[in-house]
Amino acid sequence: MLKLDEIQKRLLAEVADLHTVPEGAYNIRSNSQSAGRKSTANIEIIPKTDVSGLDIRIKPGTKNESVHIPVVMTESGLKEAVYNDFHIGADADVTIVAGCGIDNCGNQDSQHDGIHRFFVGKGARVRYVEKHYGSGSGAGKRILNPVTEVYQEENSTVEMEMVQIKGVDDTSRTTLAELASGAKLAVRERLMTHGRQSAVSAYVVRMNGDGASADVVSRSVAKDESYQKFDAKLVGSAACTGHTECDSIIMDRGRILAVPGLEANHVDAALVHEAAIGKIAGDQIMKLMTLGLTEQEAEEQIVNGFLK
Amino acid sequence: MLKLEHISFHVEDEGQDKEIIRDVSLSLPAGKLIVVTGPNGGGKSTLARLIAGIEKPDSGKVYFKGRDITQWSVTERARAGIAFAFQQPVRFKGIQVMDLIRLASGKDLSASDACEYLSRVGLCARDYINREVNASLSGGELKRIEIATVLARGADLSVFDEPEAGIDLWSFQNLIEVFSQMRQTVKDRSILIISHQERILNIADEVAVLQGGRLTAQGPREEILPGLIGSPSAMKECFGYSAGKGGKTVC
Repeated sequence: MLKLDEIQKRLLAEVADLHTVPEGAYNIRSNSQSAGRKSTANIEIIPKTDVSGLDIRIKPGTKNESVHIPVVMTESGLKEAVYNDFHIGADADVTIVAGCGIDNCGNQDSQHDGIHRFFVGKGARVRYVEKHYGSGSGAGKRILNPVTEVYQEENSTVEMEMVQIKGVDDTSRTTLAELASGAKLAVRERLMTHGRQSAVSAYVVRMNGDGASADVVSRSVAKDESYQKFDAKLVGSAACTGHTECDSIIMDRGRILAVPGLEANHVDAALVHEAAIGKIAGDQIMKLMTLGLTEQEAEEQIVNGFLK
Repeated sequence: MLKLEHISFHVEDEGQDKEIIRDVSLSLPAGKLIVVTGPNGGGKSTLARLIAGIEKPDSGKVYFKGRDITQWSVTERARAGIAFAFQQPVRFKGIQVMDLIRLASGKDLSASDACEYLSRVGLCARDYINREVNASLSGGELKRIEIATVLARGADLSVFDEPEAGIDLWSFQNLIEVFSQMRQTVKDRSILIISHQERILNIADEVAVLQGGRLTAQGPREEILPGLIGSPSAMKECFGYSAGKGGKTVC
């Protein structure tokens, strides 16, 4: 039975699109406690005994099932590190929805550091969605420092969608991936910072086997006086293909640092990076104004479209 | 519908004042289609931008439906009923064709309604409705989407800045049909087209000629066009006749 107040329910809707108890396996963590947990025949969620966190075991061949593990925090001053390990059996095909919402109305910082490790078996397919959201009027910061480690066996596929659109003051995101032969990784990151927020996102993707491929794409908007750093490094040590792209809109007094990095250790490693930072083009705003939008409405439409 | 009175406009070019529009007065009654033509660099596009409010005149007045809109912003003019199709349409990352048409209509259009506008400009709607208005679209495709957004506006005055630019031969015929249809279906609305194309001039009620920033002729098509095509000065000013795509280039 879930016991959540209205704020916690709102956070859950923001980070996991959850309005009721999800179907399939889930664990909902609220203020460092489990507010509800369910395993299924194919997906087992077991609390760790040495540290805070979960072991999530998905049986080989599990098809079209989902796991939700959202986190909500509403107590000011709460700081936690959570270690979740996902063991995904060979040829499974699953969707995993994580995400963290912090509402901080107090003066102390609230911080959630989620350390997620994915062990993806041969031929398995994983779609991973992680949303971050912050709200509350307190002076205490809302801080999220996720670490994601992905270990992909032969011919596995991982698609990751990372979204942080609003309210998180400080983020340092680290994503590490190791890809065996034929493994595919696709990352889509969408980020918007405002106020005095800071967001750092660093990737190191190692393609160790022939036929591995990685595509890491970030779209971001830095408003007000916020700061962003996107540091994406692809390492190709076999016949592989890698592409990284950082496309950013800078507004107001925002600052953005893009550091694309490519390392080829094999003659057949084909690696490409693209990075572009720029303000919204004046003619884009003008076009939307000729459709009857105000300058501010035009900016919102352009930013929303860019981050869609 | 639209009245320009003694409009002048200049820009600064390498520290020097350059007059682009010189004392232009022009009147466009309701229900009429006017084509503004003239040589390149004559100030036609600037005139269109002055009407849309993208540029503001140094002197003179702009009246729309009897109201002085000279100081109105682009947004205010758009909301009052002026639509504008850019000569070089803008690209947007992430914004889909459907979004743009919906914004243009100002309504929560259904997908099938939005498709209707795309079909009218000769695009297979199903293939385009969810496309992003980005660099993946060709110049001609973008141009037709631009025209579709103006159709979706359903504005009292629609201004098209060189709609034929970047459009291929096959689409050009379709474009003529779009304008003809617009004229026939909305009798009390007005259209102003900046164009060099004889076939567009041929569907005009009125023709105005802008040369060197001045309006050198304005009147019914039957009066202006024969003189324009036969005129040695027009030949000289306008690089002569050339067989452009889909029609003869007059100017």
